[in-house]
Amino acid sequence: MTRYVLKRLLLLPVLLFLFSVTVFAIVQAPPGDFLTTYVATLASSGSSISAEQVEALRREYGLDQPVWIQYVRWMENLAKGNLGLSLEYQRPNAELIGERLVLTVVLALFSFVFTWIVAVPAGIYSAMHPRSALDYALTVLNYVGVATPNFMLALVLMWSAFAYFGVSVTGLFSPDFVEAPWNLARVVDLLKHLWLPAVVLGVAGTARLTRVMRANLLDELHKPYVTTARAKGLPEWRLVLRYPARLALNPLVSTIGWYLPALFSGSLIVATVMNLPNIGPLLLRALVNQDMYLAGSILLIYCFLTIVGTLISDILLAWLDPRIRLEEG
Amino acid sequence: MAAEAVPAVAVNVAEERVSVASNWRLVWWRFRKHRLALLSALVLIGLYLVVLCPEFFSTQDPEATDARLAFMPVQRVHLFDGARLSPWVPGVVGKRNPMTLRMEWRADERRKIPVGFFTGGHAYRLLGVVPSRLHLVGAASTDGRDQIHLLGTDRLGRDQWSRLVHGTRTSMTIGLVAVAFSVVLGVLLGGISGYFGGLADLVIQRAIELLQSLPTIPIWLALTAALPRDWTPQQVFFAITVILSLVGWTTLGREVRGRFLALREEDFVLAAELAGASRRRIILRHMVPTFLSHIIATSTLAIPVMIINETSLSFLGLGIRPPAISWGVLLQEAQNLQTLALAPWLLMPGLLVILAVLAFNLVGDGLRDAADPYSQ
Amino acid sequence: MTAPVLEVKDLRVHFFLDEGVVRAVDGVSFDVGPGQVVGIVGESGCGKSVTVRAILQIVEPPGRIVGGRILFTKDGAAAADLTALDAKGPVMRAIRGAEIALIPQEPMAAFSPVHTVGAQVIEALRLHQRQWRPEGAPLSRREARALTIELFRSVGISMPAERIDAYSWQLSGGLRQRAMIAMALSCKPRLLIADEPTTAIDVTTQAQVLNLLRDLQRRDGTAIVFITHDLGVIAQMAHHVVVMYLGRVMEQGAVADIFDAPKHPYTRALLKSIPSVRAAPRTLLPTIAGSIPHPLGRPRGCPFHPRCPDAIPGICANRVPALRPVGPGQHASCFLYHRDEADEP
Ligand SMILES: Nc1ncnc2c1ncn2[C@@H]1O[C@H](COP(=O)(O)OP(=O)(O)O)[C@@H](O)[C@H]1O
Ligand code: SF4
Ligand SMILES: [Mg+2]
Repeated sequence: MTRYVLKRLLLLPVLLFLFSVTVFAIVQAPPGDFLTTYVATLASSGSSISAEQVEALRREYGLDQPVWIQYVRWMENLAKGNLGLSLEYQRPNAELIGERLVLTVVLALFSFVFTWIVAVPAGIYSAMHPRSALDYALTVLNYVGVATPNFMLALVLMWSAFAYFGVSVTGLFSPDFVEAPWNLARVVDLLKHLWLPAVVLGVAGTARLTRVMRANLLDELHKPYVTTARAKGLPEWRLVLRYPARLALNPLVSTIGWYLPALFSGSLIVATVMNLPNIGPLLLRALVNQDMYLAGSILLIYCFLTIVGTLISDILLAWLDPRIRLEEG
Repeated sequence: MAAEAVPAVAVNVAEERVSVASNWRLVWWRFRKHRLALLSALVLIGLYLVVLCPEFFSTQDPEATDARLAFMPVQRVHLFDGARLSPWVPGVVGKRNPMTLRMEWRADERRKIPVGFFTGGHAYRLLGVVPSRLHLVGAASTDGRDQIHLLGTDRLGRDQWSRLVHGTRTSMTIGLVAVAFSVVLGVLLGGISGYFGGLADLVIQRAIELLQSLPTIPIWLALTAALPRDWTPQQVFFAITVILSLVGWTTLGREVRGRFLALREEDFVLAAELAGASRRRIILRHMVPTFLSHIIATSTLAIPVMIINETSLSFLGLGIRPPAISWGVLLQEAQNLQTLALAPWLLMPGLLVILAVLAFNLVGDGLRDAADPYSQ
Repeated sequence: MTAPVLEVKDLRVHFFLDEGVVRAVDGVSFDVGPGQVVGIVGESGCGKSVTVRAILQIVEPPGRIVGGRILFTKDGAAAADLTALDAKGPVMRAIRGAEIALIPQEPMAAFSPVHTVGAQVIEALRLHQRQWRPEGAPLSRREARALTIELFRSVGISMPAERIDAYSWQLSGGLRQRAMIAMALSCKPRLLIADEPTTAIDVTTQAQVLNLLRDLQRRDGTAIVFITHDLGVIAQMAHHVVVMYLGRVMEQGAVADIFDAPKHPYTRALLKSIPSVRAAPRTLLPTIAGSIPHPLGRPRGCPFHPRCPDAIPGICANRVPALRPVGPGQHASCFLYHRDEADEP
């Protein structure tokens, strides 16, 4: 298993290379470039710049070079840890992305924790009381949870908070803290704002995982080792938690492989709707404005997060399940 | 003894019926038992009727704007006029608030606009061919100038009910078409992978792994953002379905491959081979049916995912673009909190999204259980 | 004869499914004396395992004990009716595993695959430590571990100190079954129930496991309920045999009596279907005509009547024969012997 994880780690650069080509091809694809969009924007706001200026800028950004040279330059910079310059903001991308990236990861992890804290006990309860009133209620909630797009949920929550309580639940910081340097007060303020988007982001996954947990545990509850444990005279709850629930967790851990990445990319939508300082809205803007190095870098970051999510699930699974851990030494 | 023999024979007959019943009939028998799935299937049939002919179900031209009618609220339908069953909606009077310059609407219960079925209205072509003026519901007043807005109007005074009906066509179709593409890709590539194995399998499996480790939503956004601005709505529609299915096929591909591998080992293929059935017959009579019922169940469960994805993309402004109408496009109108506080009925399309997704999921689950009662 | 350890009286366990009620155990009675080995034999699906689960009060829903009594006698104490106890309560849990231990049917899957076998045995030990230390300090983890190693050694597991940290899937079938026996015996039960302990393992190992069980039984004087569908194993292991069919007892008695003079047509058919050294080579084994009915389609009257060669027309199909003496210590439920003794339907 360690060998498997090592192999995965070695494959990481290869994957990232493949993804970087794909990503660059995609952000490169739209006809025109940043400057055409820029000129159009200027024109629509009534100002203009001369054709010579545009050409000069184009040369400066290297937009006149062949595509593959542009790619190589981007990669060179990336390798040096330099994410390039945002064409639109005229600031280093690293600076633009930095804090937003941290907040993206924090939001996804919060949703993740929320999901597991809710889904595991709910799934266990449902499996232990199948066809009970609460089991039916949870099933209904789960179906609705899966069926509700998370931007819808965000809209409804924002609207109810606004219409009935007069509060705006957008953003991750109170106005006083938006530009403040990091300190304890700012972290507390963040936590106060973070839970709602985290819940919004996690609802669909929670619903899905509850059902997975319920089904897994129902399967496990009829396995012979449960009979053995019961025949030992263990109290029912201890028995369920120690044996079948423990085994039902393994398939759940393997869901991390798709769930964590889904949270990272799903946060894009929630962040856009709820106006969170996240890399999602930044990507959206960069895509619309053809700010291609910024868009490319963010896309690559998403790719990286996705791969890491899968890797975490593999490692956790190996750690939890001796059958995988002990295979091939 | 003779009296005992009768029920035994009856049991045998029943068993016989089960064993000769085709796979499809068995699936149907089991599906029938899920009441909710059956109900959901009816809901879906209803929605697809709307897809076939949205004009018939709309009350107005979805594009007709009238700035004087902006943000008109939902008109409540009253079923009884006095004691008589005769549906009507109250007339609405608007007054511009001199402070905010907004129209403020008030229901005028004294002015009753009768609501009728199969009324005449704006002209359209049924299924794109037959010219018609017939609509399912509409204002039934004689002067023909009254309008009803069952779900209110949007910022441009367009009738939301009619727009919703037209959005249903786009959104429900996109889910179906995207899944159809995915199925074709998935069955083709997954089939090749599972049936031939070897190098083909290796390449296709790596490709699937690669695609599955892409962050779906950001990549979709990047791809849709790359679509030229000047494309027609039809071109955009087609491109979006292709983009959605590019990632969507991998799950199906895996499933198909797995099924192929399992089927190759499956006892009944062996049993049939031992019984002297020809390979062709084995494939047609046994492999294809079990296989198809799974593909159908899996695809049914994939459609709602596509619907949610399309809705989200369009909502962010990178999917279906106006003037085309989809649920996501409609929800774009509800993006602004101030607007939403003013006109909460603009969230209505979201309810339809939830209903459709719910129905698909229930039908899909029902089908899956019916196709494979022993799994899970 | 001293009071029996276990008396099962007219036990009925039904499963309430959507499709109908499965009467898995429908009026089973037998006794187990102290230090006695009672074999329960019957075709698969006749309710042996369900009977066992009922004794331990671990029948799972939709199954339920709907009738009968299970009297269990501890040393010197008066008999207690287990069916009257709260199945999940502390009294029953103190009996389960400590007084009555189970070797479950499927040794392959009877251990949790993600816990070491040692941990699972130690858990049982510490749960019922009163069996080891009626009073005094609780058993420490280290002491329990030492005891477990000792137990492993006593059931013939070589290198017990290493095997204790193995996972069940790392052990061979024989070792796994030995570990299971160690776990069952860990709390010195008065009654051991072994549910087909040798079914899934190869013949050589089977013989070893049977020898082990017999030796342990002789050493400790534990009473054993031994379940199998193999009459040959019964002949080796048991003093007393109970023959079951479709949730009912067909015949019971001392092993020698049943084998020498089977009274019930079903027992006779069963005995005919075991290979014998005396039979002419290459003769086909006679099998019982017909097949076991579907659990939901139980025949009325004597459960065996559709397959019985001696069925009495007009009687066997209508009434259920009661279990009645047919010889010294031998009972059978068959109208051939007691034309008028019927049970409630
Ligand atoms: N969980 C269950 N649900 C429904 N029926 C069951 C269940 N467990 C056992 N049964 C029924 O009880 C009958 C006896 O089963 P069992 O005691 O396991 O047989 P065996 O004699 O092979 O051990 C079976 O035929 C089955 O129909
Ligand atoms: S009661 Fe009748 S049917 Fe049953 S075993 Fe005896 S003779 Fe056969
Ligand atoms: Mg059994």
